[in-house]
Amino acid sequence: MSASSSLRSFGTALRTLLVLTVLLGILYPAAILLVGRAMPAAADGSLVLDHGKVVGSSLIGQDFTGDTWFHPRPSAGKYDALDSGASNLAPTSKDLAKQIEDLRAQVAKTENVSPDKVPADALTASASGLDPDISPEYARLQSARVAAARHLSEETVARLVREHTEEPLLGFIGVPTVNVLELNLALEHAAGSEAQ
Amino acid sequence: MAALIPGILQILLVFAALALCYRPLGDYMARVFTTTSHWRVERAIYRLGGINPDAEQGWRSYLRSLLWFSLVSILLLYLIVRTQSVLPFAGGHTGLTPDQAWNTAVSFVTNTNWQSYSGEAALGVSAQAVGLAVQNFLSAAVGIAVAVALFRGLARTETSQLGNFWVDLVRGSVRILLPLSTVFAVVLLAGGVVQNLADPVTVHTLGGAVQHIPGGTVASQEAIKNLGTNGGGYFNANAAHPFENPSAWTNLLQVFLMLLIPVALTRTFGVMIGSKKHGYAILSAMGILYIASLAGVIASELVNASGALHAAGSALEGKELRFGVIGSDFFAVSTTMTSTGATDAAHSSFTPLGGGLLVLNMVLGEISPGGVGSGMYGMLMIAILSVFIAGLMVGRTPEYLGKKIGPSQMKLASLAILVMPATVLIGTAVAFSLPSVRASLSTSGPHGLTELLYAFVSAANNNGSAFAGLSANTPVLNVMLGLAMLLGRFLPIILVLALASTFAEQRRVPDTAGTLPTHRPLFIGVMAGVALLVSALTFLPALALGPIAEALG
Repeated sequence: MSASSSLRSFGTALRTLLVLTVLLGILYPAAILLVGRAMPAAADGSLVLDHGKVVGSSLIGQDFTGDTWFHPRPSAGKYDALDSGASNLAPTSKDLAKQIEDLRAQVAKTENVSPDKVPADALTASASGLDPDISPEYARLQSARVAAARHLSEETVARLVREHTEEPLLGFIGVPTVNVLELNLALEHAAGSEAQ
Repeated sequence: MAALIPGILQILLVFAALALCYRPLGDYMARVFTTTSHWRVERAIYRLGGINPDAEQGWRSYLRSLLWFSLVSILLLYLIVRTQSVLPFAGGHTGLTPDQAWNTAVSFVTNTNWQSYSGEAALGVSAQAVGLAVQNFLSAAVGIAVAVALFRGLARTETSQLGNFWVDLVRGSVRILLPLSTVFAVVLLAGGVVQNLADPVTVHTLGGAVQHIPGGTVASQEAIKNLGTNGGGYFNANAAHPFENPSAWTNLLQVFLMLLIPVALTRTFGVMIGSKKHGYAILSAMGILYIASLAGVIASELVNASGALHAAGSALEGKELRFGVIGSDFFAVSTTMTSTGATDAAHSSFTPLGGGLLVLNMVLGEISPGGVGSGMYGMLMIAILSVFIAGLMVGRTPEYLGKKIGPSQMKLASLAILVMPATVLIGTAVAFSLPSVRASLSTSGPHGLTELLYAFVSAANNNGSAFAGLSANTPVLNVMLGLAMLLGRFLPIILVLALASTFAEQRRVPDTAGTLPTHRPLFIGVMAGVALLVSALTFLPALALGPIAEALG
């Protein structure tokens, strides 16, 4: 191939790439950005407001510690939303097995239940490290502790857990989940209203 | 086990959606690549690019255009990620180092989307949208173009012309990928996938902590990332990140998107060669391998007899609760079977057998159904090899679709099949012999070997998923894996286009009573068997030292 035909091929390739970059790299995402303005809640990250203040995103898990809160799943990234990721530990890993055993004992002690009652999601880190959900089993396990710490009746807390349990779409898409941030926010408001 | 029935229903739902789209999309794509009329926007692109869209190309010219285009794409992407700090909306991110920029540029141009960087920590909106997402479209369009050129070679007689690369590239982007991506980006957006240009939002949480919630042009990228079987996540956690994949239904939608074009292309093939039965035969062979793998992974994940997962009571380590175990398995099998490489769960935390099957999915050569375009031409190589083997058994000259499979065709097809195993095995062996690479492994023993093997399998198959644990961002691994991606992508493309040309030049041999039928269940079984046999023969020793040793250990 001669030098001039190489140069021509290079030119064609470069010009075509630049034109396609404008179409696919600028106009296309810009169009979706525009559509996003029609549904800002979703486009901006499903932010959760409390008294006009952003307290998080309903999609992004947060860490909650202490007796007054429902606790989320373990997180490899400690719920740092700028550092998503998993533990990546192999199932044959001795570290993982030990970590799970330790967590089981710890959760059982915190919730004052027998270790075999602790569900798997309380013992395993998620893939993103930002899992916003826990299983209804884990939420129910924590209800007694949270109710006691907040001086709420166990029925009130159980009702909140029920209200915040999301069933699978159409009965089969997904698994039942409880959004920890939304549940804790409801808890905060319930505490306020019951005190009045 | 109670999860099994809803899980199976989810899988059936996706299969039903694919079945619905199979004919309309497959027929549409066949029209796109056979019509002689141009859209107005396409004419504008051709004018600006200096392209004559009505001139056809022989295989050398077609290949030359493809290679020049890919080379320029690598250079531009390298520049973008190196110099992203001067671009608008860079979000304070600095340019990548030369070795990482090389790895990233090659990775996205080869449709691999191996990520040695961490999305939210390394790249701003401009590099993601203008650099990476553009290659998500174009690398997919290149894959489709090569498949279509091969279809034309099989359909045509006594010609050297295979079509026009630029027209195939532009039409694949403008008429197929862009409209579908737009629709599904909006659907994903409605499902909670973010799309904004905001800096991270600083939040004071109820629990008294501070959290920074990122933004980005995620919805637009997520749609094409799956549709083009690319797989490069906007965020480090990829499709496990709630902003990429917020719910169980978006998870199913993403699986659907990964499978959509590779599956429908078998219809396009059938229409373009004038025998839809052969399209169904190819799809069936792909389907057998896919379903066998899916069943195996789900079974091993639900039984989870092994150590740590047994201790937890369920294989939830490295999985998002909202997808469930089966939803995660469905995604994992689809992403490794389609060369997508997106992940919604940590593959390294899968059960040894489940994780081993995910590696096996890739060493099959990404053919069931494989990447967009590349899966199709990969499976056709297997079909040719199957015709040859079956022909040897019955003592007839092998033919496929009325084209003779002579020595030159066999050489080209065999080489195309052997590129990937050679790249993987030699690459892994060389890398393993380097002390600096061994230091990148998270653990010694079989799991360490699996990490490295997985990386080379993922790179050479242009899959891009990572078995994590491996610290892949080292100069040596960045350069070596970049080379593996280049070889694994372009050597088969060269061989496939040459093969397409030898078919186009032939006349069609009429079917006789002695012609081996290549669309019946028997031949479908032979294709699936040959695909398994080739990968088993080439990879069994390596797999025995890695995942198999780990599962037995």
